[in-house]
Amino acid sequence: MELFVRGLSHRYGDLLVLDSIDLDVREGEILVVIGPSGCGKSTLLGILGGIVPHGGEAVRIAGEPPPGCLNPVSFVFQDFSLLPWRSVEDNVGLVLEHQRMPTGERRERVEDCLRRMGLLEFRKALPKQLSGGMRQRVGIARALATRPAILLLDEPLSALDAQTRDLLMEDFLDLWKRDRTTAVYVTHNLNEALRLADRVVVLTRRPGRIRDIVKVGLPREDRAGAAGQAFLAEVHDRLWELIKAEARIADREIVDA
Amino acid sequence: MPDTTEAPRPMTRPAPQPAAQAPASASRPVRFRGGGFVAEPRRWAALLAFVIAIAAWEASGRLRLVSPLFLPPPSAILLALQGLVADGSLARNLAASLMRIGVGWTLGTAAGVLVGFAMGIWSIARAIGLPAVSALFPIPKIALLPLFILWLGIGEASKFATIGLGVFFPTVIATYSAVDGVPRNLIRMGQSFNMPWLDVLRKVVLPGAMPGILAGFRISASIALILVVSAEMIGADYGIGAFVLNAGNLMLTDQLLAGVLVLSLLGLAIGTALSLLEKTLLKWR
Repeated sequence: MELFVRGLSHRYGDLLVLDSIDLDVREGEILVVIGPSGCGKSTLLGILGGIVPHGGEAVRIAGEPPPGCLNPVSFVFQDFSLLPWRSVEDNVGLVLEHQRMPTGERRERVEDCLRRMGLLEFRKALPKQLSGGMRQRVGIARALATRPAILLLDEPLSALDAQTRDLLMEDFLDLWKRDRTTAVYVTHNLNEALRLADRVVVLTRRPGRIRDIVKVGLPREDRAGAAGQAFLAEVHDRLWELIKAEARIADREIVDA
Repeated sequence: MPDTTEAPRPMTRPAPQPAAQAPASASRPVRFRGGGFVAEPRRWAALLAFVIAIAAWEASGRLRLVSPLFLPPPSAILLALQGLVADGSLARNLAASLMRIGVGWTLGTAAGVLVGFAMGIWSIARAIGLPAVSALFPIPKIALLPLFILWLGIGEASKFATIGLGVFFPTVIATYSAVDGVPRNLIRMGQSFNMPWLDVLRKVVLPGAMPGILAGFRISASIALILVVSAEMIGADYGIGAFVLNAGNLMLTDQLLAGVLVLSLLGLAIGTALSLLEKTLLKWR
């Protein structure tokens, strides 16, 4: 499935946070959105996923969902958003409970997702018993349980330490290779963007406008080697040039709480 | 010790070196300065203080330092309590009080949870409910008992109404705050997975609000206990409150304090029951 954004602007009261965004999210790509703090990245993702109210028809979805898809657009949240009173398997199963499906199939789906995320042995654990990385694995498993056509990931690794981030990124890419689910991935982290993205959307500081869309242009499997790293360093410098000045100004702005 | 070392690549494990000694003249041990400000359990202290207080009380009675008419010793209170158990008056009065607390608390709490939930969920209910609760909550509910007696008669209904109204407002406030405090991100999560409204309410909001609701139960239970005693002192033949008042009128201080002891045990029992409920419902915390 694909997403199309045309002329999207968004205000919180008098505050314009997104301005005239035009964007296509193509089938099977990972589109990474970066930009300075407060530029409206998460708001954009919320509008794409229908959880931030937006009156217009600026966002449209096209195409047929894959077989077994129960929620075409599914989220992975920055803060994991797990129910602390539910076990790992019940958190994953939560999103299937209101779907009409045989209990056996529901159980199989949950088990499959837990297996894919390496969570089977932790199925009875409560979220508080897990590390941050394992909690986000539950968050990803929950999103995968609905077999989404489009995954929206809102800074999914930003609450984790650097090592866990690397591990989880590898796991996410391994998973992604199987289904090649279309994904929009919001992050602050340029290295995440370079590791994951097909294209990187760079937003300006508030109000967020599209500054540029940079194609990474190197297959993901070639990004780890020395030649790939040299290539990515150039893309990194280009991205950094695009956001550096904006990020510096955004950092010095007074936050209007 | 050198400031920098080259990373060695030994073929064999090097022999362990003794720890280098710090020069004694130029150095001093680092003093620990992070002590205090830490709560440590001292269970024996509470028990000891309790035993000492009871012993001192008993001694003051036996040594006639205090007249038993004003403050009978603990042994006399226990004897009086034994008599009340034996002649069945404790059971009769306790049953009357428990029935009033049970009915009044259940009615007031059920209504309070419903209204508090509505205020937490619907903006219109909140807009109407918040000013109304703020205006009515401070009224001492026992002051309304004469009005309830006029409306509902001197029987049980006026006591149920007093207790019910007394626990209603704290329950509304506790439930409303608890529902309002359920993290919005969890609700958004449910909505992002297309969970129906009722499912979000049942599976996200209700369990998320449960700690706050149960904390409200604890407060409302103690209010119910205060109100039942007050209501029984104003107009009842039976009940622990009426018993304590009658004992006071007859200067039977040992029976009066036996009644007070029963009330404190009742409060303790309710608190323990609520703790068990919390342990069962909030195992995840």
